[in-house]
Amino acid sequence: MGSSSSSRNKIPNAQELMRQTGFSSAHLLRLHDRFESLDRDNRGYLSPDDFEALGGLAMNPIGGRIIEAFFSSGQDTVDFSSFVRILAHFRPTDRNRNKEGTQQELPSSRTRKLKFAFQLYDLDRDGKISREELLQVLRAMLGLQVTEEQLQSIAERAIQEADLDKDDAISFDEFKKSLEKMDIDTKMSVSFLK
Amino acid sequence: MLRCGYALFWLLGSVLLICVVSPVKGEAVVTREGSHLKLSESSHSNESQHGHSSNITGIPIISFKWHHVETPYLVAFWVLVSFLGKLVIEANHHVTSVIPESALLICFGFILGGMIWAADKVQTFRLTPTVFFFYLLPQVILDAGYHMPNKLFFTNLGGILVHAVIGTCWNAASLGLSLWGCQMGGAMGDLDIGLLQYLLFGSLMAAVDPVAVIAVFEQVHVNDVLFIMVFGESLLNDGVTVVLFNVFDAFVSLGGPKIDAAEIIKGIVSFFVVAFGGSLVGLVFGLLISLLTRCTKNIQIIEPGFIFVLGYLSYLTAEMLSLSAILSIVFCGMCCQKYINANMDENSVQTVRYAMKAFANGSETIIFVFLGISAIDKVIWVWNTGFILLTLLFVLVYRFIGVFFLTWILNRYRLVPLEFVDQVIMSYGGLRGAVAYGLAVMLDENKIKEKNLMVCTTLIVVYFTVILQGITMKPLVMWLKVKRAAVTEVSLLEKLTNKMFNHTLVAIEDISGQIGHNYMRSKWKYFEENWMSWILMKPSARKKQDQVFDVFHQLNLKDAMEYVTEGERRGSLEFVRNENSIIDFKKKSESESFDINNANMSNDHGAMSTTSRDPIPSVSLEMHEQIMKAVREAEAINAHHLLDQHLYKSRKQHRHRFSRSHFDINRDEKEVQEIFQRTMRNRLKSFTSAKMGVKPPKTIVKHTQKEQQQKMPNGKSMDKAKTSYSGDEGPNSVSFVHPAGIENPAFMPDLDPMDLLQIPPWLGESELDSSMVALSHRAQVDLPRTPSNLRRLAPLRISTRSTDSFTLENIPDTQQMDTQEEFLQSKLTT
Repeated sequence: MGSSSSSRNKIPNAQELMRQTGFSSAHLLRLHDRFESLDRDNRGYLSPDDFEALGGLAMNPIGGRIIEAFFSSGQDTVDFSSFVRILAHFRPTDRNRNKEGTQQELPSSRTRKLKFAFQLYDLDRDGKISREELLQVLRAMLGLQVTEEQLQSIAERAIQEADLDKDDAISFDEFKKSLEKMDIDTKMSVSFLK
Repeated sequence: MLRCGYALFWLLGSVLLICVVSPVKGEAVVTREGSHLKLSESSHSNESQHGHSSNITGIPIISFKWHHVETPYLVAFWVLVSFLGKLVIEANHHVTSVIPESALLICFGFILGGMIWAADKVQTFRLTPTVFFFYLLPQVILDAGYHMPNKLFFTNLGGILVHAVIGTCWNAASLGLSLWGCQMGGAMGDLDIGLLQYLLFGSLMAAVDPVAVIAVFEQVHVNDVLFIMVFGESLLNDGVTVVLFNVFDAFVSLGGPKIDAAEIIKGIVSFFVVAFGGSLVGLVFGLLISLLTRCTKNIQIIEPGFIFVLGYLSYLTAEMLSLSAILSIVFCGMCCQKYINANMDENSVQTVRYAMKAFANGSETIIFVFLGISAIDKVIWVWNTGFILLTLLFVLVYRFIGVFFLTWILNRYRLVPLEFVDQVIMSYGGLRGAVAYGLAVMLDENKIKEKNLMVCTTLIVVYFTVILQGITMKPLVMWLKVKRAAVTEVSLLEKLTNKMFNHTLVAIEDISGQIGHNYMRSKWKYFEENWMSWILMKPSARKKQDQVFDVFHQLNLKDAMEYVTEGERRGSLEFVRNENSIIDFKKKSESESFDINNANMSNDHGAMSTTSRDPIPSVSLEMHEQIMKAVREAEAINAHHLLDQHLYKSRKQHRHRFSRSHFDINRDEKEVQEIFQRTMRNRLKSFTSAKMGVKPPKTIVKHTQKEQQQKMPNGKSMDKAKTSYSGDEGPNSVSFVHPAGIENPAFMPDLDPMDLLQIPPWLGESELDSSMVALSHRAQVDLPRTPSNLRRLAPLRISTRSTDSFTLENIPDTQQMDTQEEFLQSKLTT
């Protein structure tokens, strides 16, 4: 696709982004193209309705939450670097690469992936998944044949199983602990984002 | 143990009896095939028959007609002996957890062989190739194919194929060449084996054996990917083995000078023909089975028989056409699993499953016992230290080299690379088994002078891998900390998060706009759902509602829970609400968990207040504890079951379903609609709640065929939004108010007319694919309206909850509304 140097100039602080997220320049270009195709009015940033134009997201029970995850801290626009940073969470974890300490900071590291997942639950960003938040997630993800009392029972039991300090909410560490057996790296990676 | 001791004695006695009887009839090498009876034996028996008929002087009350029943009796007898051996072995779990069952069965075979040898001085019973390949192997492979996890298999198909084809060729070539080199170097003494014969020997030693792999790996429980790589390889390499063996066999017959390029090319072509031909035969038979089960409603009793018969026929057909029989039966099983399970009655499905397992297990047992027995045969005891030891060494070393090299190449293309320890186990798990032995026995002694040496070596390698590697496999797995198969009970949070990840990944794929593996899969799914299922599945199976099953299941669970509490209340048959026991209990021991049960078990939340009911008379605290524990456990099970049953499946899962349970196409449609409705409803509420008292939302009614199915939830969502909106008093929070409250009877009947309308295929076709196409904003607005659909909407409006009629206002342009609402309304119409 032409000379990469000129296209890279379209992307602001491409080098910085590449370093922070671990994407290659080819990937960055592809994502930029995608960003531009989503941004139909060519405003240079995305807003929620751009995301919701994707039909598939409406079919997704947590589509709304994921969209919200892109819009951090109350803003309602996403620029390209935030877009890329969020997507970087889904890169496969590069286990073999051990750069001096920077591995931990990559968005695709296991902790960061878990943090992303935690934020999908914890909508008010208070660092804990309360029972009410868990209930909301459950309601979104379970079919409508489940009665309210059953939902309560499931939520209660889930908190029971995970909550170690008995504060009736799940903190990030408890969340991490209860998921330690799960293979997060596979489950939260998309192959073409490698 | 006493029982087993008796069994053993009985065994010994009967074996000795048989051995005593047969010498009386004259020395004969009896195999389990009647046709191999030597002439002297038959003439002798004829004589005795004639003699019998001409010698009678009086009417015999009882006569001993051994020859009458000889063959079937021996067959049945040996089956019985093998099974009894398994019984003896499984008596003590400590032993079987250290030494795999297959190894023990071989040792048992040694003992038996020794006894027969001692009685007969000649090995009267051996594992003959015909019996093995025609009567013992097919069931095991059919079982493997039928229970194969298709999704896992096809995900890893690339790796499996690479290992099966290239790995086996490498094994064969390297082994043959190295041995030949060693012979040239003089390490083996004086042997008369040419290069071609070495290659032939290499080809029969190269193949990893499925029976042995199953037998050893089933006790070790390694993780899924590792298992499927080894197991898939062991199944698919039969294609290569057959070709290599036949080709080299032909070469050996032709002799060295006749081999030229044409022959080699023919060999390579025959590989493709054999492999693909075999798979094709299997597929055809699999489709045949599926078609048949579609029509067997009236003969449900013998429905299961079709699978076994047709599976076996696929094996024999492939064998007849000199194609790969194992590949054929594997693909037959894999192809038909889904359709059989959907078409057949539940009982038949269970029957098939159990019968297949019984046959497969039985065959395995017999194979291993006879592998043991066959060893005790002086004819094949030809010892050549160099040959045997070098073979063992090379088999092991080249396996490791081959696996590591191929995996290194594969890992560059895999999403999740295979780890080092996994590769070690894969190499170590390259077990040789009865297939190699069968092929070795099939060698022609006239062409290959050293056949007995080869047979002996093969047996020794088989014993080494099955016994030694089998015993050390488990400790090795534990020492290397190989990832084991997922342990059953995962916490609820894990399950939920798991599902959450699935949905997330689908969403991210949508957002980043690229289609990974899933494109091919989705294409295949489309084809499969709309064409194959149409032809191969019963219409009733296609439409079968999973919802009914779920509700039924839930009701059963609830009943079970109540039964547990009832039963422990000293057999009182009077049904008492659970609240009684709980509330009382709460007074006795203040622990929070009972609060939970209070909230859950009581249908009215007023039960939290301890309204005193009749206290439970004179029930001890222990009894209470038992009840509570049972209730709590039942609660836990209930919660887990609920989660399992009702979590929405992500779109990925919709696309590649491989479950063997009921076919649930309509469930996905319903799920998709439910999710869509909810999303829309939520967003509508969140936006309209921001401005309180805003005018009731109007809709732009746009109809197309494609969006027909989304029309209905549209109508529903509008309805619900309005009623719930009127129910709320200016809600500030975005909390979701379940419109149906505790029970959903209002909702459920609404769903049914929807489903009825969706069953017609012209509506059903577009279910998930319309979602794959993201319509641009402009396209959504401009879609044409058809008046016929307007009328269709009317009967659906009969909902138990609607009070006002649906306002069908046509607002051609959307500029009147706010940007946010505008967007939302236009969304609602799509």
